[in-house]
Amino acid sequence: MTQIFAYIPHQGGVAADIAFEFPEAAKKLDGAATLTAVVTGSGADLDKVANGLTSLYAEVIKIDNEALAYPNAEVVRKALLNVLDANAIVLAAHDTFGMDLCPGLSIKMDSTYVADVVDFEGVDGSLLKTVRQELGGAVSTHVTCDITAGAVVTIRPGAFAPVEAGQSGAVADKSADAGDLTGKRRFLEIVEAEVGDVDITKSDVLVSVGRGIEEEDNIEIAQELAEAMHAVVSCSRPIVDAKWLEKSRQVGTSGLTVKPKVYMAMGISGSFQHMGGVKGNPFIVAVNKNPKAPIFQVADVGIVEDILEFMPELTEKVKSL
Amino acid sequence: MEILVCVKRVPDTAENEFELNSAGNDLDRDDLVFSVNEWDNYAVEEAIQIVDNVGGSVTVVTVGDDESEEVLRREMAMGANNGVLLSDDAFEGSDGKGIASILKAEVEKGSYDLILTGAQADEGAGQVAGMLAAMLDLPYASLVNKVEVGEGKVTVGREIEGGNQEMNEIDLPCVLSIQTGINEPRYVGIRGIRKVAKVEIPVRSASDLGVDAAVIGDANAKVKRVDYFVPDLGEGAEMLEGSTDEIIETLIEKLKSKGGL
Ligand SMILES: Cc1cc2nc3c(=O)[nH]c(=O)nc-3n(C[C@H](O)[C@H](O)[C@H](O)COP(=O)(O)OP(=O)(O)OC[C@H]3O[C@@H](n4cnc5c(N)ncnc54)[C@H](O)[C@@H]3O)c2cc1C
Ligand SMILES: Cc1cc2nc3c(=O)[nH]c(=O)nc-3n(C[C@H](O)[C@H](O)[C@H](O)COP(=O)(O)OP(=O)(O)OC[C@H]3O[C@@H](n4cnc5c(N)ncnc54)[C@H](O)[C@@H]3O)c2cc1C
Repeated sequence: MTQIFAYIPHQGGVAADIAFEFPEAAKKLDGAATLTAVVTGSGADLDKVANGLTSLYAEVIKIDNEALAYPNAEVVRKALLNVLDANAIVLAAHDTFGMDLCPGLSIKMDSTYVADVVDFEGVDGSLLKTVRQELGGAVSTHVTCDITAGAVVTIRPGAFAPVEAGQSGAVADKSADAGDLTGKRRFLEIVEAEVGDVDITKSDVLVSVGRGIEEEDNIEIAQELAEAMHAVVSCSRPIVDAKWLEKSRQVGTSGLTVKPKVYMAMGISGSFQHMGGVKGNPFIVAVNKNPKAPIFQVADVGIVEDILEFMPELTEKVKSL
Repeated sequence: MEILVCVKRVPDTAENEFELNSAGNDLDRDDLVFSVNEWDNYAVEEAIQIVDNVGGSVTVVTVGDDESEEVLRREMAMGANNGVLLSDDAFEGSDGKGIASILKAEVEKGSYDLILTGAQADEGAGQVAGMLAAMLDLPYASLVNKVEVGEGKVTVGREIEGGNQEMNEIDLPCVLSIQTGINEPRYVGIRGIRKVAKVEIPVRSASDLGVDAAVIGDANAKVKRVDYFVPDLGEGAEMLEGSTDEIIETLIEKLKSKGGL
């Protein structure tokens, strides 16, 4: 029987949202498999998370060690290798920790690796059928993965429907099996992101610009539209990478999470890392010159135009209202 | 410091509209414009800056075909000292583990202090660097947005959720995957490319490298892309059509009703 382990990320004693999504993912992966949650950490926070998870999972493995107090992927990998069954399927989140842990874990477990899966279509013999996206969401693919010797799979946060609590599971303490947890990489500290002059999370309307703005000087065009709409300018990551706007304007998983009423995506393709920061189900308007841009799959209203021409015209019309 | 930077030639998302071929199982690859994976330019820039500070050399390497030579030349025009092309029919159809195994063989031919990759490439997997590090038993950090070279070690910042930075100390040699925004990759003009047009780029085959034949190529790929498809994602956006004036008029009405104006 296939065994699935779900590695649960957590912070401050609270499991990440994806803890509710793994059970649905596991069911789609293989309805007959057993599912066990795995949590690593230390002390009271860990106990709180582990006990909380028993309402979602029939079995919860906890690995408690001071060396695991901060999730350092190298150290977590060592602990998992000593505790998990080598032929099992390991599920993790495709987040910054999962990306750090999983490729190397798959090599050390001598199993296969599939990253950022958005759906499963079951197991056929020894092949697991997964659905992924490529090219920033422009195309989807079916990818098969041989699970004879196990697999490590990261799933996209938010891609699987969350389940309701309904289990009454038990916690198994495997701390004694963790083994040597020294490593060649040592966690030092967290440096918090800088706070900017404008708080984009407070605005009901955001005019958000992406790489389609093309040049630094064009940012002004978006600013004028934002002013006319009494909105604030936010942006996608490449605009911050180019230093055209401050990091505090960036929407997305590695930027800020915003919950506006209206989100105007101007020249933004709609990658999941960007859209992951747009919450609260706003009315999304997408203007993009590419009719196939993935943003049109998630927007409410789509307009195929050049933003450099469209935005000034919209600004004029809004001003004259 | 001897630095190896792994780079990949990928379809340029800014320059292409991706369409499926007539059979509907692959991209229509005929007119695709290719370039260097965006993340890899940041990795090469970081390597050049490190070498400018502490000395050493930068080598760029790719697993690919004849056409991949152009991406090596581009990175050499940026300032990488050497380029190496790993190419062999036997590599075709390799999965991520296969690509990492090929790169491992090249790493073992040299003596590198630091191996850099991009955080992810066109397939969005972000897998090669972590696999390579594990195969080489080297420490690894992903999504690096700061590197400070010390004595026998580096201090690196990893960009984590919310844009916070996780600082780590990591022993050399090590493998790092580089996140965009760590630096501002220098511009490469036609003249720069011309300067390196004649530089010899060695090509290494499976037997030159002594790659384990059991892990490369289509026959040994345990992870396989079966097809491409356009997902059925419900209705998608309501597309506004007509003249720009008409579109704006409709849009303004909608914005008013949704609290946007
Ligand atoms: C770990 C990690 C974290 C990340 N975090 C974030 C994050 O927090 N936020 C974020 O945004 N990204 C993030 N990214 C990057 C993300 O993967 C994408 O690369 C990025 O979101 C793309 O930004 P974009 O849509 O502006 O650019 P592109 O994908 O290049 O899209 C530009 C769009 O503009 C259109 N366009 C071009 N010119 C015009 C024009 N004149 N008029 C109209 N349309 C035009 C194009 O058709 C295209 O659709 C992260 C990546 C990683 C690996
Ligand atoms: C010659 C060739 C044939 C292929 N054939 C197939 C096929 O038939 N079917 C299939 O499904 N896939 C095929 N692939 C794709 C292959 O599986 C991917 O290249 C591999 O999975 C890594 O790409 P990625 O986008 O996952 O890289 P990621 O792990 O996301 O990339 C991260 C970083 O790893 C490094 N990197 C990635 N790829 C390379 C490379 N090729 N050379 C040097 N550095 C690299 C770069 O620094 C990159 O920034 C082929 C690739 C090549 C080169």
